[in-house]
Amino acid sequence: MNPSEQPALAVTSLQPATTPSRQTSAYGVVDGLAEPEPYLRIEDINKSFGNFVALKNIFLNVYPGEFVCLLGPSGCGKTTLLRIIAGLEEQTSGRVIQGGKNVSNLPPAQRDFGIVFQSYALFPNLTATQNVAYGLQNAKRPRAEIDRRVAELLETVGLTGMGQKYPSQMSGGQQQRVALARALALSPGLLLLDEPLSALDAQVRVKLRTEIASLQKRLGITTVMVTHDQAEALAMADRIVVMDKGYIAQVGAPRAVYQHPRNPFVANFIGVMNFLQGVVVAPDQVRCGNLVLLTPNNQAAVNQPVRIAIRPEDIRVLSVAEAQTHSQNVISAEVQSMEYMGTGYLVTCAPDGNAKDQITIDLSTFESGALGLEPGSTLRLYLPPDQVQVFAAE
Amino acid sequence: MTVTTPKFPTPNPLFPKRQQVVTREDWLMRILLGLGTLWLLVGVVLPLFPMIGRSFFDPNGNWIGLANYVKYLTTPSLVSAFFNSFFIGAMSMMIAVGLAFLYAYALTRTQMPGKLAFRVLGMLPLYIPPLAHAIGLIYLFGNKGLVTTGFLGVFPKWDIGLYGPVGIIIGEVLYCFPQALVIMITALSLTDARLYEAAEVLGSTPLKTFFTVTLPSVKYGLISALFVCFTLAFTDFGVPKVVGGNFNVLATDIYKQVIGQQNFSMGATVSVFLLVPTVIAFVVDRIIQRRQTALVSAKAVPLQPKSHPPLDWLMFGFCALVAGFTIAVLLVIIFASLVKVWPYDLTLGFKNYDFSTVGGGGYRAFWNSIRMSFYTAIVGTVAVFMGAYLVEKGRGMKWLRSANYFLSTLPLALPGLVLGLSYVFFFNNKIWWIPFTKIAIYNPFNGIYGTMAILVLCNVIHFYTVCFLTANTALKQIDPEFEAVSASMRVPFYKTFWRVTVPLSLPAILEIGIYYFVNAMITISAIVFLYPPSLPLAAVAIVNMDDAGDIAAAAAMSTLVVLTSIGVRILYWLFTRGLQQRSQAWLQR
Ligand SMILES: Nc1ncnc2c1ncn2[C@@H]1O[C@H](COP(=O)(O)OP(=O)(O)OP(=O)(O)O)[C@@H](O)[C@H]1O
Ligand SMILES: [Mg+2]
Repeated sequence: MNPSEQPALAVTSLQPATTPSRQTSAYGVVDGLAEPEPYLRIEDINKSFGNFVALKNIFLNVYPGEFVCLLGPSGCGKTTLLRIIAGLEEQTSGRVIQGGKNVSNLPPAQRDFGIVFQSYALFPNLTATQNVAYGLQNAKRPRAEIDRRVAELLETVGLTGMGQKYPSQMSGGQQQRVALARALALSPGLLLLDEPLSALDAQVRVKLRTEIASLQKRLGITTVMVTHDQAEALAMADRIVVMDKGYIAQVGAPRAVYQHPRNPFVANFIGVMNFLQGVVVAPDQVRCGNLVLLTPNNQAAVNQPVRIAIRPEDIRVLSVAEAQTHSQNVISAEVQSMEYMGTGYLVTCAPDGNAKDQITIDLSTFESGALGLEPGSTLRLYLPPDQVQVFAAE
Repeated sequence: MTVTTPKFPTPNPLFPKRQQVVTREDWLMRILLGLGTLWLLVGVVLPLFPMIGRSFFDPNGNWIGLANYVKYLTTPSLVSAFFNSFFIGAMSMMIAVGLAFLYAYALTRTQMPGKLAFRVLGMLPLYIPPLAHAIGLIYLFGNKGLVTTGFLGVFPKWDIGLYGPVGIIIGEVLYCFPQALVIMITALSLTDARLYEAAEVLGSTPLKTFFTVTLPSVKYGLISALFVCFTLAFTDFGVPKVVGGNFNVLATDIYKQVIGQQNFSMGATVSVFLLVPTVIAFVVDRIIQRRQTALVSAKAVPLQPKSHPPLDWLMFGFCALVAGFTIAVLLVIIFASLVKVWPYDLTLGFKNYDFSTVGGGGYRAFWNSIRMSFYTAIVGTVAVFMGAYLVEKGRGMKWLRSANYFLSTLPLALPGLVLGLSYVFFFNNKIWWIPFTKIAIYNPFNGIYGTMAILVLCNVIHFYTVCFLTANTALKQIDPEFEAVSASMRVPFYKTFWRVTVPLSLPAILEIGIYYFVNAMITISAIVFLYPPSLPLAAVAIVNMDDAGDIAAAAAMSTLVVLTSIGVRILYWLFTRGLQQRSQAWLQR
């Protein structure tokens, strides 16, 4: 996944530029500007099921109007965290503060949120209209107001005229929209989405994710969405919360997380990352095999074993002539396999003098044609020093 | 990653600390759940204590310890009944499950012609009281039976020696067969065609496939059917009462002790001998079934049986025999009920349906039974469904919900006679003596003794488990997030229960109602000790008529009961079909 394919997010005053350290310095003042009050504050949430710890020391702030994605592999606790925010699950310790009010001990009915589940959980015996009106009717709103509001909501989600249908008569995407309209009916302050798109097929999914994201911006509703699809998170979110085994691995804007993953887990989970084993030989140099690479981003101490990391799209393939002009950070490698991807090739190659690690690069069809690549060919790869990241070895 | 242990103390499983504020809704749910558990406690567990306690006293109320048991075990005529019951249970179990397995196999795994008709006919005995089976058997194989007299002289005579174990076993097999059939059909239907394809590809012979694929996949169903049939035949009262002759079984012994000799203490002692094996069977079955894991994944491909003419016709012959026999029994009851004087004057008429000259209560008994069955269906369905809802969909209160679930499955282990006798001891007393003390308390439930209410209560409890499990299964299929979504919209649970859960479960709810109605109509064991003289009942009337030698009247009453049960079933079928057509929009595409 190439970050430049993603629409650049306009950073408005509501979504302040974020740094990885944001969640710990949330109350403070950054760059001399007063931060807006977070709408949702999650403070040191822990959750265990029996002896199994599902969530560990979760801190998170969500700002008004922000779209936050909880992203992580299966079983990392995303759903659990979402359900704790909703009050559907009780935290073992910690606090949830929503709209300045401590809601930690309130049951779901006394909190202020709308929710959409992966299964949609539409009432099958009620029509789309009745589903959307369900909460309004209970609130004893006047009939005319309910009708108006339901029509308005169905229009918002693009289902005008479909109100009389039962869920079983609608497609998955349409059911999803009804669920969304129903979640928005009571104008909640917080919208919670648990993998709302994962039951849909790929095309509908991409279409709906754009729609949901723009709807969210239009309504300005603070939203927390759970997903395990990194493309979805990168495309939709203002900020991504990457989770792993019950703790937060990194929080940040999609670009920041992609370009500056804080650890190998995040680097690997979001996008593709090449790793090479090495040892720090100087403050800005790492030796991998018999090659010394310039690594200005290094924080590790000399003699420490490390893993250097670089994205496939950041690696440049040099022609023989170009190779003459670059004296540093050039690896020669032998092509092992080429995977045709439609837009180009994913080329896997083995660097000389380093049998353990493999390097994957992206090449356009044109480039690989120009180089006349085939398995066995030798490549000269340039690893731009600025793009090389260094992580402590595990 | 190292495993971190939580830094907080492990929560107390019995009273977990609730952090969330307990709302009025929570309280409502708690109170309902508490009441639901309380009433099961009163209906199922508490009555057992005075009954078991009574077995340690002599008829005059003096504590005699185990003397009753010693007496029972040292009196050969008494102890033989125990082994007789075991024999009947084991034989009936093996024959009924064997037949049901083959029959279900034919229905689910072959291309035998007439499957739908055979399915309906196979279930037919469900609507016939076991007593009526026995009456039918008398008309076929009794002293003046059709077969015994060689169809009234047309063929050679054939006396099978009905009165005794032979008759009891045939009757019990008729009674158990449909119950086993239901379980076996379910078990054989739940399979994955891909397993069979794999076996075929691997070159397995049909016989080998049967033993390596078919049998293991229905193992749990088979075990369940065995336990169900054993318990039914071991504890049944109706059949041995009518065709048992001098062959004593536990159930008839209890009846003789209580009704014949008014020896309640010995009746209680014999009841314990009836209760213990059924409880053991219940526990063993539970333990075995717990090991069952879902063999069939959601992606299973249903099996399309292939046509195999020799097998299909062999199975057709077998099913025709079995179904033919069950129909023969039913037809002979109806026929006999219409005949003037069996076997001398075979002109037809409704003389036997004029119950005014015989004992038993006549049409009053019949109407009482209908009323009782109707009340049982209403009360039982409401109680079961609400109970199952609170257990399945309740929030928090985990231990109370588990306790309620356990109490809901317990009635399956209680034979009807034991339940009925326990109710006599528990509800009849105006005061309860607390054992080993001189303290007595007033019995608040005494008021319902000898009324319709206790009959309904007893029936509701007697058939509770099957209904509860039906409701539980239906509720499990409803999306668990409905409650969460409703809460997010601040809609209280009872509104969603009424607007969504009940409509979605309507087929199961009606099914439960029918099950209650039919079983209350045909049951005898649980109510035979409980009905007051002012409330004669149809099933009891059949016993009394048979006792008095009015077999033709008994056949007539049996016919009425059977036709009512089948009629209600047909009404239900018509109704649900109409319902399905109306709500087709959301029920099924
Ligand atoms: N009620 C429960 N009892 C015990 N363990 C639970 C319970 N609910 C969740 N867990 C465990 O907690 C962990 C986190 O579960 P959770 O559902 O939050 O994962 P998730 O990140 O949403 O995963 P997925 O992407 O598969 O939905 C899992 O390992 C799960 O097994
Ligand atoms: Mg999840």
